[in-house]
Formats: sequence, structure tokens, C-alpha cells
Amino acid sequence: MSKTRQAYVRPLDIKHGQVEMAHGAGGRAMAQLIDELFARYLGNEFLAQGDDGALLPAVGEGRLVMATDAHVVSPLFFPGGDIGSLSVHGTLNDVAVMGARPLWLSAAFIIEEGFKLADLARIVQSMASAAKAAGVPVVTGDTKVVERGKGDGVFITTTGIGVVAPGMELSGRSARPGDAILLSGTLGDHGMAIMAVRESLGFESPIVSDSAALHGLIAAMRASGAELHVLRDPTRGGLATTLNEIARQSGVGMMLQEKALPVNPAVAAACEFLGLDPLYVANEGKLVAICAERDAEMLLAAMRAHPLGVQAAIIGRVHADPQHFVQMTTGFGGKRIVDWLSGEQLPRIC
Amino acid sequence: MKYIDEFRDGEVAQKLAIAIRREAQAGRRYHFMEFCGGHTHAISRYGVADLLPDNVKMIHGPGCPVCVLPIGRIDQAIRLALAQGVILCTYGDCLRVPASDGLSLLKAKAQGADVRMVYSSADAVALAQKNPGRQVVFFAIGFETTTPPTAVAIRQAAAHGLKNFSVLCCHVLTPSAIASILESPEVRQWGTVQLDGFIGPAHVSTIIGSRPYEFFAEEYRKPVVIAGFEPLDVMQAIRMLIRQVNEGRAEVENEFSRAVDRNGNLKAQQLVGEIFEMRKNFEWRGLNVLPYSALRIRDQFAEFDAEKRFDLTYEPVPDHKACECGAILRGVKRPQDCKLFGTVCTPENPIGSCMVSSEGACAAHYTYGRYKDV
Repeated sequence: MSKTRQAYVRPLDIKHGQVEMAHGAGGRAMAQLIDELFARYLGNEFLAQGDDGALLPAVGEGRLVMATDAHVVSPLFFPGGDIGSLSVHGTLNDVAVMGARPLWLSAAFIIEEGFKLADLARIVQSMASAAKAAGVPVVTGDTKVVERGKGDGVFITTTGIGVVAPGMELSGRSARPGDAILLSGTLGDHGMAIMAVRESLGFESPIVSDSAALHGLIAAMRASGAELHVLRDPTRGGLATTLNEIARQSGVGMMLQEKALPVNPAVAAACEFLGLDPLYVANEGKLVAICAERDAEMLLAAMRAHPLGVQAAIIGRVHADPQHFVQMTTGFGGKRIVDWLSGEQLPRIC
Repeated sequence: MKYIDEFRDGEVAQKLAIAIRREAQAGRRYHFMEFCGGHTHAISRYGVADLLPDNVKMIHGPGCPVCVLPIGRIDQAIRLALAQGVILCTYGDCLRVPASDGLSLLKAKAQGADVRMVYSSADAVALAQKNPGRQVVFFAIGFETTTPPTAVAIRQAAAHGLKNFSVLCCHVLTPSAIASILESPEVRQWGTVQLDGFIGPAHVSTIIGSRPYEFFAEEYRKPVVIAGFEPLDVMQAIRMLIRQVNEGRAEVENEFSRAVDRNGNLKAQQLVGEIFEMRKNFEWRGLNVLPYSALRIRDQFAEFDAEKRFDLTYEPVPDHKACECGAILRGVKRPQDCKLFGTVCTPENPIGSCMVSSEGACAAHYTYGRYKDV
């Protein structure tokens, strides 16, 4: 226990206390919140430096990747995770699908006055265990408090830095005609988990968010030796939107097979019920991989051997198409476009 | 998914497609209108048209609640939300429909109006109970399917003595819309729109039954097959329509017998009759003013009628000049015939109502079928 901490009159009442404006004012209250809550759970050698920024070691070979993601999910706690774990996974995955090994995270909290310290502690603990499981420390952070009514509990922005090994070239521009399109698992679990809570759908078996860090799976995929062209995690807007982005970036078309798309039956039922299409519902622990056709089976085997890729599937092929349409052979035997998400299907999902 | 996948089975579809191809006579052309947006959506989403021979064409009908809502009605809702400061709640599809002054309910929300999306009329009543200090208006749209839930909401509000709940009632009637299409000069006088039969509504018919369509079969000599919203239902209905045409019959047949009978849901009809009565006139988008084509709240429940509570008047507003929604809703034009389609008018920036709801003909074609146009 540091000397400064001993100087506080009383420890934070995490059980009954709430966040006050002073906790973001830069004074002693803020220092106490950082010490007794953030540093306590997230602590590591970099955070312990206690300076305005984290001083990090130089990375040797390779290039750096940096990604940032703001998390505003409502509700803050949902089956399978909470805003804390989500804010770690979301950013780590953005770094990982660039082909990078994630190294460090930063976290900025915008907290609403009156937010329960107990909930904040729960969120920070969840964040800490997600970061620990991923092996990526939160090395710097920021805390701001806004007046009651000006936020919605807590918003968390995380930034991640990772390093890409030399020779690793992944980009949404690299899909080529003939390539195979693989998906690591079931569609729409995160979005429907949130939706089910928010709309109090009360399904018998709750839908659980798939929120997870994907860099382990990606490492296994790389180790397979398959020639990977594109990796991306289909979050907001779902698989449909992600594939349309890639098709546009790469200047290609795609043909999916509806029958090959893995969807958890509970998610399919919930989507049916609410008139939603799982192709457009958010995921937080799934990735799309586009690889050379000849390596598709090998890559699929590597994905299925990893716990996060057990239900992986080859879902379609890339082809030449000046219109860059993503199309699908329906389970029914017809064809249709799988268009960009239009408007807002489910707000505040991540 | 049990009870759903059976109706989307690709192998059965292929067999039905072969049967349809065999039964559709080569020298004949078949033009069938699917009245409902639900069918339009199923046809587009599952690629049903790809399974039909070239001489069997589907024409999209006006049975999309959002599509037939005239601008003036959305304007009323927006005025309530912006000027009267009510909590305005409605079904999701309604929020993006373009109205006057470049507004929609969603844009009004961004300007500070309290607009909420609800999944059912019961949610709207619950909102009123939770916010006793605010006026809550349920913007009720839809055909006969959504009318009974609105009736229930009004009855509940009355039972709870709610003083802050009212309904802006825009419920419309299916038979009026079908009659208006059959009476249109394009079909009746000029023959520019060939119409050999209808696929009748699924959910609407669970309420009103199949009896109301008998008039169309007899009077206009048009076969009607009531069908479910699953793609196999649609295929089977098309096959049944082809048979009727081939045999020179014009009857009401029921493909959707698992949910629809001749008389419909009498309890629901009774409830609707208790709360609502016919409007003398109602403006539809695309079909103009149709007599006795919509419902209003009976005087007995006037306190729950937003038009009376807030003293609203209705002002018709013309559609965008180049927008072809009207002709598309009558089956006279196809979405791709409209100059605005896919250029100015897209799902992100809809000009006409048919581009808004996923049940709208333009949105369905844009979202699922436009690869065929290039």
C-alpha cells in the first residue's frame, strides 16, 4: 500500500457509495478512486508509473497497429459480459484482425454522477479479468465525471496497440476472385443477447453474448500456414455490412450460401420473433476470414480446432463483379442481394 | 427452427418449381398480385421469383401499412411530438417515413421530440402508466392484423382510467384497397395492368377470414388464394392460382388453412367493432381518398382519440413529383421504373414510402433484387 493512499481519511465505500463530480475533478477524490478502484484491479508496472502517460518499451521488428473503440452499450450488464469485458474485447479484436499481436490497452471512462461505485467496481474487475485472460495490460487511462442526466451510467473508450510481424499483410483490399470466405462461428449472439435483455423477451434459455478476444484464434489460424488475405470482426451492422465493406474495398463481388451460415437456434428464433435478420445483428467474438481457395479446408480445420472456432464454416466465395454486390443463394434455392445495413437496426449494442 | 424450416425447405421448393413450370401453359402469361408486403418481402428475401418460369410474373400490391400512409398523417404525428411535447410511440417501420419539411419521426426525435419505438400496443399503454405526468400517443397504423391489439390497448386504458393515453388511429382495411385496385382504370377500363389473380393476405385473413374476398372472386372474376408468409406458402399459392386460371375458375381458395378459416377470428372482430367504426373517407398514399376504407375510434372512447384530444385537423400533402410510389402501390409500375429508384431514393434516404419498410416494394427490390437490373 502506497503512502499517498494511507493519507486518505477513509477508504472508498465501494459497497454503498456513488460516483460524485469530485471523482473526476482531478483532486484527491479522483486520486483515491484511481488508487482504490482502477489501480487495484487493473494494476501493472506501466500503470504504476503514475505519470501522465505510460512509458512503453520499443517493439523490435514489425509495424505497429493502433485501434480505438468507444463503448456505449445499454444495458451495461448482459448475459455473457458487461461493458468492461466488452471494451477490452472490442478493441483487442480490432487490433488482432489487422494481423497484430496486441500489446497494450488504454481506457478512458466517462462516468455519470451518481453511478454506483459497486457497479463501477464490477465493471473494472470484469475489464481486469478480460485483460488478464488476453494477456494485454491496461497501461494508461482517464476518468471523467459528467453531471447526472448527461451520460448513461458509464461510457468506456479503449485504445489498443499491437505489433504486426514482418511479412503479415492483411487488408480489406486484399480479397481476390476465387477466394474462400470463412466465418468463425454463429451469427448475431451478441446483438440478440442485448436485445433480449432490453426488450425483456424472457426466453427460457437466455441468449449469451459471444464477446471474446480473438487473437488466440487468429494466432492458430496463422500457424496453420493458410494464405490469409482479409480478417475482420463483424460487429455493428453484422456480417452483411462487414462483407459489403470488404467487397467495396477489394472491388469484388461475393456469393454466400445461406445454408452454410451457422446461427444458434435461440438467436434464429429471437430474430424471427423481432423481424430481424441475423446477418445484420452484431457479433463481438466472431471473425470473417478470406483466404486462398486452396487453403480453405486447412484453415477451416485450424479454426475448428480452437475453442472459439468450433462452429466455423466456409460460407461463400469471392468472385469478380464490377457492381461489388454481396449475393446469397438462399436456403430456398433462389438468389438475393445481401445489402448494407440500412439505418439503425439495434442502437447502443456495443 | 421447428415449424419454420419446414416452410423454407429448398428441396420442396425445387419440386414445387418443377410442378409450376409443368402446369403453367406455354402460350399463356400469368400476372398475379401479392397484396401483402409480407409476401413481397418473402418473395424477394428467398428469391422466389428465380424459381418461377418467365411467363409467371408477380406484381407487388399495396399491403404494406407504412407504404400507404399519406404524408399528412405522419405530419400529424410529428406535430404532436414536436409542438405538443407528447411521448409519441409507434412501430419501428413508421419512424423513417419521409414527411413534410424534410422531416421524419426519427429526424423529429433528433430535434428533441420524444419518439419511442414499441413492439406492441401494450408497450404504449405501459409507457403511459410509467409516465403519468406526460401525454402518451400511440400512432396506430396497419391493416386488420394490428387493429385488434390497438382495440385491446384502448380497452385497457379505459379500464385503468388512464387520462394520459390516446391513439392516433390510422388503421386501414384490406378489402377497400383490393377493390380500389380492381376498380382502377388501368385494370378495369384500359387493361394496361394485367391482373389474373391475387395472393390474399396471411395475417389479415386470420382476423377477417376468407369470406370478404369472395366478392372479388365473384364480382371481378379474379381468383384469390390466401397464403401464409413463408416462401413455400407463396409457391403453393402461385400453383393454385395457375390451376384456377387454367381451369377458368375464379374462387377463393385457402392455402393457409393452418391459421385461416372462412369466418376468421370472431372475438377479434367483435372487439374491433366495439372500439372502432368506419371513417367516411381516408386518404391513402397512392390510392387517393377511398370511402369507408379506414377506422376511427367510436365516440364512446373519444377521450382516447388523439385527433379529438389534441384537436387535430388533417391536411393532405402531395407526394414528391417524381416519386412513383402511387403507381407502384397500384401495380401499374415496378420500382425500377421510377426515375428516383436507387439514385435519389435509397433506403438510407427514402423519398417515397415504398423505400422505407422492408415490406415496401422498392425497399424489397433494392435490398434483395437489384442485381437483376444491371
